[in-house]
Amino acid sequence: MGTTVLQSGSDVLTDVEGSEQGDLRTEEMLVNMGPQHPATHGVLRVVLRTDGEMVLESVPHIGYLHRCAEKIGENLQPFQYIPYTDRMDYLAGMNNNQAFSIAIEKLVGIEVPLRAQFIRVIFAELNRIASHLVAFGTYGLDMGAFTPFLYAFREREMILDLFESTCGARLTYSYITIGGVHDDLPDRFLEVLDEFLDYFEPKIDEYNQLLSFNHIFVKRTANVGVISADDAVRWALTGPVLRASGVNWDLRKSTPYEIYDRFDFDIPIGLPGGREGVPRSVVVGDSWNRHIVKVWEMRQSCRIIRQAMAQITDGPHIAAKVKNVKLPDDEVYVEIENPRGQLGFYVRGDGSSIPARVKVRGPSFCNISVLNHVGKGCLLADIPAIVGSIDIVMGECDR
Amino acid sequence: MTRMSVPWRPGGKQVHRGPAALVAGIAKALYATFAPLVRAFPGPLLIGAIVAVIVGVWINYLVFEFVDDSLVASSTNLAGETGLLGGPLALGEVRAGLTTSGVPGSGILCYVLYPLQYGVVRDVVSMGGILGFISVIPLYTIWWERKVAGRIQSRTGPMRVGGWHGWSQSMADGIKLICKEDLCPASADRPLFKLAPYLAFVPAILAFFALPFGTYWVFRQVDVALVFILAMLGIEVIGVILAGWASNNKWSVYGAMREACQMVSYEIPMGMALLIPIMVVGSLSLTTVGDTQSEGWTSWIVFRSPFTFAAAVAYFVAALANCKRAPFDLPESESELVAGFHTEYSGFRWSLFFFGEYAAMFVVSGLCVILFLGAWYSPLPMSLADRWGLGDSVGARAIKGLLFAGPLWFVAKCVFLLYVQIWIRWTLPRIRIDQVLYACIQVLLPLMMVLLLGHTLYELFVPVHGFVWTVFNLVLSLIGAVFVLGMIFIATYGFWNRVGLVGSLGVETLPGS
Repeated sequence: MGTTVLQSGSDVLTDVEGSEQGDLRTEEMLVNMGPQHPATHGVLRVVLRTDGEMVLESVPHIGYLHRCAEKIGENLQPFQYIPYTDRMDYLAGMNNNQAFSIAIEKLVGIEVPLRAQFIRVIFAELNRIASHLVAFGTYGLDMGAFTPFLYAFREREMILDLFESTCGARLTYSYITIGGVHDDLPDRFLEVLDEFLDYFEPKIDEYNQLLSFNHIFVKRTANVGVISADDAVRWALTGPVLRASGVNWDLRKSTPYEIYDRFDFDIPIGLPGGREGVPRSVVVGDSWNRHIVKVWEMRQSCRIIRQAMAQITDGPHIAAKVKNVKLPDDEVYVEIENPRGQLGFYVRGDGSSIPARVKVRGPSFCNISVLNHVGKGCLLADIPAIVGSIDIVMGECDR
Repeated sequence: MTRMSVPWRPGGKQVHRGPAALVAGIAKALYATFAPLVRAFPGPLLIGAIVAVIVGVWINYLVFEFVDDSLVASSTNLAGETGLLGGPLALGEVRAGLTTSGVPGSGILCYVLYPLQYGVVRDVVSMGGILGFISVIPLYTIWWERKVAGRIQSRTGPMRVGGWHGWSQSMADGIKLICKEDLCPASADRPLFKLAPYLAFVPAILAFFALPFGTYWVFRQVDVALVFILAMLGIEVIGVILAGWASNNKWSVYGAMREACQMVSYEIPMGMALLIPIMVVGSLSLTTVGDTQSEGWTSWIVFRSPFTFAAAVAYFVAALANCKRAPFDLPESESELVAGFHTEYSGFRWSLFFFGEYAAMFVVSGLCVILFLGAWYSPLPMSLADRWGLGDSVGARAIKGLLFAGPLWFVAKCVFLLYVQIWIRWTLPRIRIDQVLYACIQVLLPLMMVLLLGHTLYELFVPVHGFVWTVFNLVLSLIGAVFVLGMIFIATYGFWNRVGLVGSLGVETLPGS
């Protein structure tokens, strides 16, 4: 292996293979980052091949949280499987429930009442905000800023309180279920939700001021781990990671499911530096854009929730007779827009009430695969910046 | 084969050997004695302790001044010029000297002052004081850091231990750390692994021996105190590198190497920043530097010229990096390196690193205070004391000690700078290693060279107390005053208009509420 020199005029370490320039002979080192490491968001293990502070290769090793989620789905009736979907992406339980419910509804042909669809949208978007708040906060932690994490969790607590008041659970809800939602909204729910949105929306600017536009934070994340639009599509990246690379693709807009076509909202995509207040050093597809896209999505989610609150109708919250349904001898594949990307459920029935096959397409699993591709030649400190911005949840990655 | 030093009996009871047994025994006995007392009267005890410390410092200040002033004066009058303080005095001579100075209670006081004329007694007394102070600083800085961090993050911080705002949390942590197992990884280099924490801790303490807290409040009046302190702060890096290397852990090595890069680079701009006040005063003795800033706010070196003003800021940045405080806490950055160089350390040895870090924080703050921020003098000019007719009587000295100059002012300023360090840590993200080195070599170092040259020319060509000099001095003093007053105003405003922590919105709609 060659030597490492600091190129003058740039802050990028360049590898000079077998060059006479440097007078230091360095040796490569294999370092295990994880599965118990504070910056790997759970039990991700990344094997790093490093030369000094420079990372030559970063191979993610997964599977430490494998719980046979798909196999369990092939042994239970669909409504019994709902609680297991919570535990995949445990930061976005509502969205997981929603994805599986839509798959089964499509397979069986259940008509979901309109009120239930509104409630689903409200809760899916609230959960998206809660999930992005965790991503925002932990990304601050990865960058060494502790305080935004606590602010994000303070707001998330309120969302969890709303969830708890509705379904009694704070993390694994099993609320959105086949045919609708499990319970109707409690009294005063919409009032309290309105109060929360009024409180929360101005806070987003505060967070941006504290973290997103902080000079050090921009220095740490701008132009780090750049994924081009081509690469993003080729690696099957989805969600904020894809949109940060400048690809305008969001299932809520491109192939609307539920009633998303009734709402007016924008899809934030990654922007080049120097425009609309974006720091100059930012490029499309870098870690900063992956971070800020999530922050902007929180604002769009607030817009969707407000419209849904205005349009919500009375009626039943769940379709009649949804338990013990026989699954037809047919197959279905449904993808919805999870906070982390496209969560897909493939379900095949064989005439019994238990699916013959359940397969999950997890966004974290696909997104983390790009790590080695973007992590080549970056610094050791950039690995948490990239992993954090890709925003994985190992529960859903390993399933 | 993994072999770890596990000092456990088969029965599961922890066994301490040697000095560890003594320390643990003392800690347990102290806890058994004082815990019920502390639990019964937490608030009065804390406030009493603070008052006692202030009164103690103040009385000590008076006593030492007397020893240095009155006794030296009387000893030269009475006993010639032999010995450390001009030869040992008899008890009667001390009493006579005190009586002529008009000290009340000289009959009793002479017994206290008599042994203090011997250098060895004074050394033991002041060393006890310094060691006590050094032990208390990290304990309370850590507690305070946790409280400040809590408030910044809209939570409360420690609230339980000790009763009143968790004021004895750090002591409880300390007892826990001392009682913990002394773990050494099997693959580690045992002697070096055990030696490293002391190499990081002892220099930080040694720096205190040359750090003056007041004109007479210094353990050793070293003529090159600044060089000595910088050298001691520099030695700390050896302990850290040793710890990282001896741990035989890749993350620890990373931390140690980062520390080496960072500390060695930042010592240069830090030293250059300190050269500027040295150039103003013309002495490396910190006592001399401090004593030139006695004429109130405008006489502080930081307001002397635009260059000293910039140098003070640059020094503080470099000092942050030198103490590995955020945003320069790369050697122990937990999101990248797990815990950096102290990954493998636990218990007492780990706490030594912490003690060393917080002691070093205090030392660099102290240097900043002495060299830029008026040392142990208050913003009021000392000449005001003369105008008020405060002489050398005990009461006048007491008022002077509280209002114009004294270790309390020094400690208060240091604590303020510690607060700023804490404040920065809980606000800013961390910088990357190449940016840290870039900031040092490409930004701070050239800046310091310009400042050094600029200040040299300023001193050469701008006449002191001339028109330009006075204008700059006043404008900079005004900026400083506005800055401090603004900060006080914002803090007060925030304190009076604080809202309670945000409660649960949905609590009233929860089932069963």
